[in-house]
Amino acid sequence: MRNEILKKKGKILLLGNEAIVRGALESGVGLASTYPGTPSSEIGDTFSEIAKKAGIYFEYSANEKVALEVAAGAAFSGIKSIVSMKHFGLNVAADSLMPVAYVGGSPLVVVSADDPSCWSSAQSEQDNRYYARLAHIPCVEPSNPEEAKELTKFAFKISEKYEIPVLLRTTTRVSHTRGIVKLDKLPKRKTKGKFIKDMKKFNNLPPHTMEMHEKILEKIEKIRKLSEKTKFNFILNKNVRSKIGIIVSGVSYNYVIDSLDQLNLKLPVLKIGLTYPLPTEKIKRFIRNKKEVLIVEELEPLMEKEVTRIAKEINPKLKVHGKDILPKSGEFNIETVMKAIMKISKKKFDFNFDAHKKNFEKLKIPRRIPVFCPGCPHRATFLAVKKAAPPGTIFGGDIGCYILGIFPPFETQDFNLSMGANVSVIHGINKVSNQKTIAFLGDSTFFHAGMPAIANLVFNKSNTLVIILDNRYTSMTGHQENPGTGYTGMGDKTTPIRIEDVVKAMGVKNVKVVDPFNIKLMIKTIKKFLKKNELSVIVAKRECQLMAVRRMRYFGVEPDKYEIDQKKCKQCKSCLNNIGCPAINEIDGRIFIDKNLCTGCGVCASICPNGAIKKVKKK
Amino acid sequence: MKDFNIVLTGVGGQGILTLQKIISEAAMKQGYDVKASELHGLAQRGGHIECHVRIGKKIHSSLVRQGNADLIIALEPLEGLRATYYASKQKTIFLLNTYEIIPLSVYIGEGKYPSMDKILDNIKDFSKKIFSINASEIVKRTTGSIISTNIYMLGYAVAENIIPIKKEFVLDGMKKVIKKKYFEMNKKVFELRENQIKRKNLYFKK
Repeated sequence: MRNEILKKKGKILLLGNEAIVRGALESGVGLASTYPGTPSSEIGDTFSEIAKKAGIYFEYSANEKVALEVAAGAAFSGIKSIVSMKHFGLNVAADSLMPVAYVGGSPLVVVSADDPSCWSSAQSEQDNRYYARLAHIPCVEPSNPEEAKELTKFAFKISEKYEIPVLLRTTTRVSHTRGIVKLDKLPKRKTKGKFIKDMKKFNNLPPHTMEMHEKILEKIEKIRKLSEKTKFNFILNKNVRSKIGIIVSGVSYNYVIDSLDQLNLKLPVLKIGLTYPLPTEKIKRFIRNKKEVLIVEELEPLMEKEVTRIAKEINPKLKVHGKDILPKSGEFNIETVMKAIMKISKKKFDFNFDAHKKNFEKLKIPRRIPVFCPGCPHRATFLAVKKAAPPGTIFGGDIGCYILGIFPPFETQDFNLSMGANVSVIHGINKVSNQKTIAFLGDSTFFHAGMPAIANLVFNKSNTLVIILDNRYTSMTGHQENPGTGYTGMGDKTTPIRIEDVVKAMGVKNVKVVDPFNIKLMIKTIKKFLKKNELSVIVAKRECQLMAVRRMRYFGVEPDKYEIDQKKCKQCKSCLNNIGCPAINEIDGRIFIDKNLCTGCGVCASICPNGAIKKVKKK
Repeated sequence: MKDFNIVLTGVGGQGILTLQKIISEAAMKQGYDVKASELHGLAQRGGHIECHVRIGKKIHSSLVRQGNADLIIALEPLEGLRATYYASKQKTIFLLNTYEIIPLSVYIGEGKYPSMDKILDNIKDFSKKIFSINASEIVKRTTGSIISTNIYMLGYAVAENIIPIKKEFVLDGMKKVIKKKYFEMNKKVFELRENQIKRKNLYFKK
């Protein structure tokens, strides 16, 4: 379906993320790179699907910093490049973002997909618009897929003209909104460039670094002039005379329009698409004759602070509303914005949001905590860990599907910070306490940030156990390729890096590869390694079951199914309570396996004390 | 037409995203503006999945406002109950699959799965009309698997005329979204309710 994105013209439905890809293609992009992370993942995945057909280069890089550097290299060689990542991916890439901005790395668009309300983010709810201010690079914020495409093109134009990388900041509700997008012409893409030596331009070295700092500050002031006149910073209901005005950016624009519509209200709205640098003069004109202005922006009050400062100069009596009546954390929706507008406009509405919410909360609906999929190899690994590790063992968790180990019945995650972090935290604990420790990593996490951490364990003589859950994909974000899978993001064969070879080469003496479905061997190995007073690594290697089953079904093969012999079952519920498999259910006191869901891993059978679980014989 | 707000809800793996894509494509074909919201990632792993589709002349937000849904298609009863957040007595029609998927939180004693009667009773306070059907059972009896439950539900909505999209456009959408190999089978599932109504009408005519 994604091939549709290469259509010459017409109107098609696109996700915000896909629209960014189309915008890049319409700009003549030559290289795209990414490290997958929801809500940004579909940008890379779409490039992955169409790169060959479109004649451009795409890669899943080992991490976000690498991805940014790859894109910078292409930009240095005169090729339009785009790099995408999720919000805290930019924390990883930030180290290079600053110098790339200083040297004027362009044409380069850096996409940060932020995630207000943390729909798919463990680490933080950070507002990456700060990075634009920190690095002194322009920031554009689309509000819908159509605008995502247009602002991507605009970002490339700014980047090329002013020789500066541009931050394209989206949020979950833009990235993951599907909407109709009108397609424009696809130009010829330039994919072969040349790096032209220019020592002064590309080298950061003091005192030259300070000159570069001043230069980039000048660039931003030049771009501020563009911000004053661009069509992406426009006023809606310009001719409406009102003492109240609204200034808005990003997805909130939709909520403002819908709120005004539902409240049957007309107010002037200044919609800002190029949000850094802000159009100071335009804002001055907008607020000059107003009594009150409402700034609608999710998360940090960045525009609010600037408008407050501008108001002091031009209209000191102006009441600037923002975070005084809108939430500081969590995403907005129509009702949050509507309530704020009702407050300042004194307009009434015939639906009582608070009463409705109260009635809803009275229902006390049990939550649906995410669980490992039926047949997930991680479930088997954590089951073995629970059985093998002595009480009091400290478990370091990490980012990936295995983060679900935090929930019952496993609870094999005592802390969790950022990708690869737990290995070094475990090392720190290891150095100051006598507790047993196990650090967990995934395959993609290993290549992303785990390798330096493991090198440090060897270097500084740690004696912890590291279990690397190698399920052969970057699974959580949609089964992308990584350095261990043997295929590139463009589908070409490449050298698969074997994790066990790497850790051995790093000097880890105790290394064993175990199939997680072999629960007994896994338990034995964990016990053995935990007794050793030196660093050891288990690679729990088995393909993600979702992918295994998908492939089987593609070839018309149904996976094995297990069933419970009701005569032998003593309802001890050890299967139900210890492995948390969605396929195992209790109906009227008896335990059943739902054959629609079972994928035949057999983990339940291997722990049933009564031998009541058996594979269903195929007819 | 005034904006029409649809909430699709269920559990990860039930095909909510597919349903959303089909409805969005169909609505566009029929000439409407469309905005749909999706959630990916952590939410998918056995958690509850909720998609909003809004169609009309010009649509801005992809999210449905509290109490403002016109139609809620719930592939799982508990998730249907959770979607009452978007429902109201004045306008909302519920199409509910009664096939239960018990969440882990119930097994570990964190909460209780309400009885079907209680769920329907509660939904009644938030809806104008409820169609409750054991769609998964019907689909399983017909195809041997519950996989196409989502398509049956969509076919039901079209046959009962509770979604303002014509059959021909939905089939176009299905053709675009569903793999070729599975299209014919899904088309049959889609037409199950329509054919049932036709047969009923035939019977009463005699």
